[in-house]
Amino acid sequence: MKVEQISVFLENKPGVLEAVTKALKEANINIRTLSLADTTDFGILRLIVNDVAATSAILKEKGFRVSRTTVVAVEVPDRPGGLHSILEALAGEAINIEYLYAYVEKSGENAVIIFRYDNPDRAIEVLQKKGFSVLSGEKLYSM
Amino acid sequence: MIYNEEFETLPREALEALQLKRLRQVVQRVYHTVGFYRKAFDDAGVKPDDVRSLPDLQRLPFTTKQDLRDNYPFGLFAVPMSSIVRLHASSGTTGRATVVGYTKRDIEHWSELMARCFVAAGLTKNDIIHNAYGYGLFTGGLGAHYGAERLGASVIPMSGGNTKRQIMILQDFGPTAICCTPSYALNLAEQGESMGVDMRSLQLRVGIFGAEPWSDEMRDQIEDALDIQAMNIYGLSEVMGPGVAMECTEGRQGMHVFEDHFLAEIIDPATGEVLPPGEKGELVFTTLTKEAFPLVRYRTRDVTRLIPDPCRCGRSHLRMDRVMGRSDDMLIIRGVNVFPSQIEAVLVGIEGLEPHYQLLVEREGTLDTLEVQVEVGEEAFSNADEVKVLQRTERRIVKDLKDYLGISAKVKLVEPKSLQRFEGKASRVIDKRKI
Repeated sequence: MKVEQISVFLENKPGVLEAVTKALKEANINIRTLSLADTTDFGILRLIVNDVAATSAILKEKGFRVSRTTVVAVEVPDRPGGLHSILEALAGEAINIEYLYAYVEKSGENAVIIFRYDNPDRAIEVLQKKGFSVLSGEKLYSM
Repeated sequence: MIYNEEFETLPREALEALQLKRLRQVVQRVYHTVGFYRKAFDDAGVKPDDVRSLPDLQRLPFTTKQDLRDNYPFGLFAVPMSSIVRLHASSGTTGRATVVGYTKRDIEHWSELMARCFVAAGLTKNDIIHNAYGYGLFTGGLGAHYGAERLGASVIPMSGGNTKRQIMILQDFGPTAICCTPSYALNLAEQGESMGVDMRSLQLRVGIFGAEPWSDEMRDQIEDALDIQAMNIYGLSEVMGPGVAMECTEGRQGMHVFEDHFLAEIIDPATGEVLPPGEKGELVFTTLTKEAFPLVRYRTRDVTRLIPDPCRCGRSHLRMDRVMGRSDDMLIIRGVNVFPSQIEAVLVGIEGLEPHYQLLVEREGTLDTLEVQVEVGEEAFSNADEVKVLQRTERRIVKDLKDYLGISAKVKLVEPKSLQRFEGKASRVIDKRKI
C-alpha cells in the first residue's frame, strides 16, 4: 500500500524548477501533486507522478540528483477535522512524520494526504486497522 | 631604534662573511644529520664542501612544502627529540600539516628577532603589547609573546577571537601596541565603533600586522581608524614564525630580512633560476642558525622582490617588499593558511559527497569569507530526501573544516555538474577579494 515519490535536489537559484517542469512536459509526464521544501541554499522538490520510473530516468538523464522515496497516501473526507482524524489515530504510536502535503481529489469529496513517516509499514498497519483508506501507488498514479 | 646594533648594522662585507661561515656549517650539518638532505644533495651531485662562496648556494637543490609533508611529522629534524623544547604546526589533516621544532637556542634566537621587530616598530620595554595573534600550534601567538618578554615589555596574551572582550581589554588595560592580522585590526575598529567606543582615543600608538597580505590602502584605513602607526611584519612557520623580516619606522618601505639568521633569494618560480636584485619573483629562504629544523633553499611560494638599496635607518640588512601574491594556490583566510587540496582531503573524508567542489573567497566588510560549494552525491541523496539529512551533511563539513584546518567556512550543497569541470589542473578557487 506504499506509494513511490520522486524527490529532486534543487539549488536555490532562478530557473532551476523551470528546467524540471520542462523536462517533464517534454516527456509527457503528469504531476498529480507536489511540494517544495526550501532552505536558504537548496530545496527539495517532491513529486507524485503518473510514471515514476520514466520520471526518475528522465531527470537523471538531465543531470538532476533524484531519489525515489516511499510515502503513504491517505484518503479522508474533505471536511473540517479530516487531517486531524489521521493524526489522532497515530498519536501515541511513536510514529514520526517527517513531512506531509495534500491535495483535493477531482470529485471534491475527498482529500489525499501524502505522509512521509519514519516507519511507513507500522503507520499503514495502524491506519488500516482504524479504518482509514490508504491508497495504493497504482491507484494514486492513475487518479 | 635598533635592538641589536652590532648585528643589525654589520657592514655588508662582514655580514656576508658571517653568512658564508654559517651557511657552510648548516650545509655540513644537514648533510650529515638529515637523510632527506643527504639524498637531495647526492641526487643533485653536490657535496657540502662544494659550497665555498655565497653564490654556491645556487648549486643546492630546493626544499618544498611537499618535502615537509612527505617527512611528516619529524623527518626533517636535525636534532634528537630530547633537544627539542617546542613544536609548532600548520593546520592540516594528518600528513598535510607541516611540523616545526625548536631547540632552546632556536627559541632564544626567535625571541631576539621578535624583540628586534618590536624595537624597529618603535617599541621599548615601557610598552604594553596586546598580542591578538592566536596562541597554540600557530607560531604567531607564542612567537610575538616571547619577543615581547625578551624586550621587557608587558605582554597581554590575548590570543584571537572574542572581539568584545578584546575591546574591553584595549580600553581597560591601555595597551600601547597591538599585534594581529591587519583585517582583524579593522574588525576590532569596526566592532569598537559599533559598541560606542572611540577607538581613536585608546592608548594604542603602534600596530604590528602580518600573517596575511595587505595593501597601503588598508594601512591608511587602519591608521585612520585606530589613530596608530601600522607596521608590516613577515614570517612563516616553516622558516621560524613571525620575525623573519620587519619594517622600520624610519623607512616604512619594505621589511628588513634578518640576514644574520636567514639568506633570502628571489627565483623565477617557473625555472628556479635566481633573479637579479630588485626583480620580482618567488622568495626562497635558507636558515643560517636554526638547530632543530634547518631549511636549505625553502621555496616560500610568496611572490615579492628584494630591495637592494640601503635604508636610512642604518640597518645593513636588505629589505623585502610587501608580499604581492603566491606562486601556488594557497589561500590565506583571516590569517589561516589553507590549500584547496587540504579542503579536498576533508571533503573526501565525508560520505555522500562528490569530489567536485569550488571555493569562493570574498571579503565582507573587513573579514574574509570562504564558501565551499560541493556537489551532492547520488548515494547520499537516494538514501534520504529530507532537508535535515542534507543539513546534517553541511554541518559536518563546517565542523570538519574547523576541526582539521581551523577555518570557518560557509558550506553550500549544489546540484551535480553545476560546478565547472576541468581538464588537467583544476582551478577551484574564485577569489573576489580586493586587497
